[in-house]
Amino acid sequence: MSVTTDEVRRIAKLARIAEPTARLEALTQELNGILDWVEQLGEVDVEGVEPMTTPVVTPLPMREDAITDGNVRDKVLKNAPNADAGFFVVPKSVE
Amino acid sequence: MSDVLSLSLAEALEGLKNKDFSARELAETHVKAAEAINPALNCFTVIDGDRAIEMASASDARIAKGEAGLLEGAPLAIKDLYAVQGVNTEACSNILKGFKPEYESTVTQKLWDQGAVFLGKTNMDEFAMGSSNETSAHGPVINPWRKTGSDENLVPGGSSGGAASALAAGVSYGSTGTDTGGSIRQPAAFTGLVGVKPTYGRCSRWGIVAFASSLDHPGPFAKTVKDSAILTQAMSGYDPKDSTSYPGEVPNWIEAVGQSVKGLRIGVPKEYSVDGMPEDIAKLWAQGVDWLKAAGCEIVDVSLPMTKYALPAYYIIAPAEASSNLARYDGMRYGVRVEGEDLADTYEKTRAAGFGAEVQRRVLMGTYVLSAGYYDAYYVRALKVRRKILEDFNNAFTQVDALLTPTTPSAAFGIGAKANASPLEMYLNDIFTVTANIAGVPAMSVPAGLDKDGLPLGLQIITKALDEATMFKVGAALEDAAGFTAKPQAWWA
Repeated sequence: MSVTTDEVRRIAKLARIAEPTARLEALTQELNGILDWVEQLGEVDVEGVEPMTTPVVTPLPMREDAITDGNVRDKVLKNAPNADAGFFVVPKSVE
Repeated sequence: MSDVLSLSLAEALEGLKNKDFSARELAETHVKAAEAINPALNCFTVIDGDRAIEMASASDARIAKGEAGLLEGAPLAIKDLYAVQGVNTEACSNILKGFKPEYESTVTQKLWDQGAVFLGKTNMDEFAMGSSNETSAHGPVINPWRKTGSDENLVPGGSSGGAASALAAGVSYGSTGTDTGGSIRQPAAFTGLVGVKPTYGRCSRWGIVAFASSLDHPGPFAKTVKDSAILTQAMSGYDPKDSTSYPGEVPNWIEAVGQSVKGLRIGVPKEYSVDGMPEDIAKLWAQGVDWLKAAGCEIVDVSLPMTKYALPAYYIIAPAEASSNLARYDGMRYGVRVEGEDLADTYEKTRAAGFGAEVQRRVLMGTYVLSAGYYDAYYVRALKVRRKILEDFNNAFTQVDALLTPTTPSAAFGIGAKANASPLEMYLNDIFTVTANIAGVPAMSVPAGLDKDGLPLGLQIITKALDEATMFKVGAALEDAAGFTAKPQAWWA
């Protein structure tokens, strides 16, 4: 499989990265180079193989449902690009 | 005092205990040395002299009271990926410029709890995506090593290039790195250091900027195998804040260093003998086999037939996880924001301006393989291949106790040497290291010799999950046999 410049535009949209106009051609070529190369995974017989999501299987830990953290509003806001009166200030998103 | 810079961590800890010097003296010497090398090597993004002196003074007080921790008074350098409270933690990305966490990563907290002294943050590839430390927003790191008779600047490897470069130049007694596809072991090999990637889950990922969560392994760089065992010991342990943290006990690995390797079965996987491998590396590998044989190991030829699929599987899985992890950088709650016409436009402008070219490429690749219509063909297939690679290792470890391979397919290369190559060529640096990330098994690189140009080369030891003890044992045996004592010429002084 390979991608066209239009598809790279669409992927950039999905990834919320402004269209890389100047590098679109080069980027398409680079991605196709990588996609061509990963194509070899098609040679492997994976019939009946379970997908592996974690390398070392450990039981999912349980803990008491108790509040262990919180009351740190000012700390949470400290690195905000824009904060006011204890809130994040973000661009308007609902008309 | 500058001669203390040539000590190993174990020797420095001994000297502190014997009051040959104080922690404060060590800290002062290291801060001065860090400031002296940084203009040439660009290995530190932050040098925090005030904090180093303050922590060292507290160490001296604890030493005086007889309350010294495992690392009491030892200055360490921390990869910029680790959150250190109140200190710029930017993953060497413009999108996190100025980010000062209000919390401390679990691993660094463990180091401070054992008395280590924070020296500074080290340069790295942006979000740990790279194998040469050339994608950093702070610019490339320079390797202290040069070819004999050459003044060409070489890369230290990546992504933990600053951590490797600083330690190889004799500044700090150990540094932290993270290894997602080889980012500790490859730079360790390029700079003549020991680099350890323990079993997945041994070291908590909490408070470390995420790249690919199922592949990210924190671990140390060290001057010696013993130092690396001390550091791995201090960094490991269960952490309830990381749901993939391994809940079992941490064995005493420091004791394993120096134990006999007699009777251990060492596997030599034929698939690691690749076309175009430099003769020096093939020779060193054969030499490593001979060294272990002489130490009483039994050498066994093994086959890991899935090896060649590890890197392609990695370049689906790692970008997929990265595209998901990096979705959080949207310019709303932290990091840099570039205002746009509306919310979507702000997101897009922020991410286009904040992420460098390699990060964008991987986020796009990850987005593609996870998108509707391609998810099964790429992502799910890669996860199935991943299991086959793990089964390869499981099979091998029914026949052998450890595997011996080269760490890298080449020695350090020049800055910009691969600038015009395809991204693939850079990715191939990780061909021997990435398999252990895919399988989550412990692996380390030990400096074993110099190539014909006088550059260091490493050998890699891989053991089964949770068997770091055997890895350290074999590592120490290799170190003994190799007697690697070469140091880079201090051309930057």
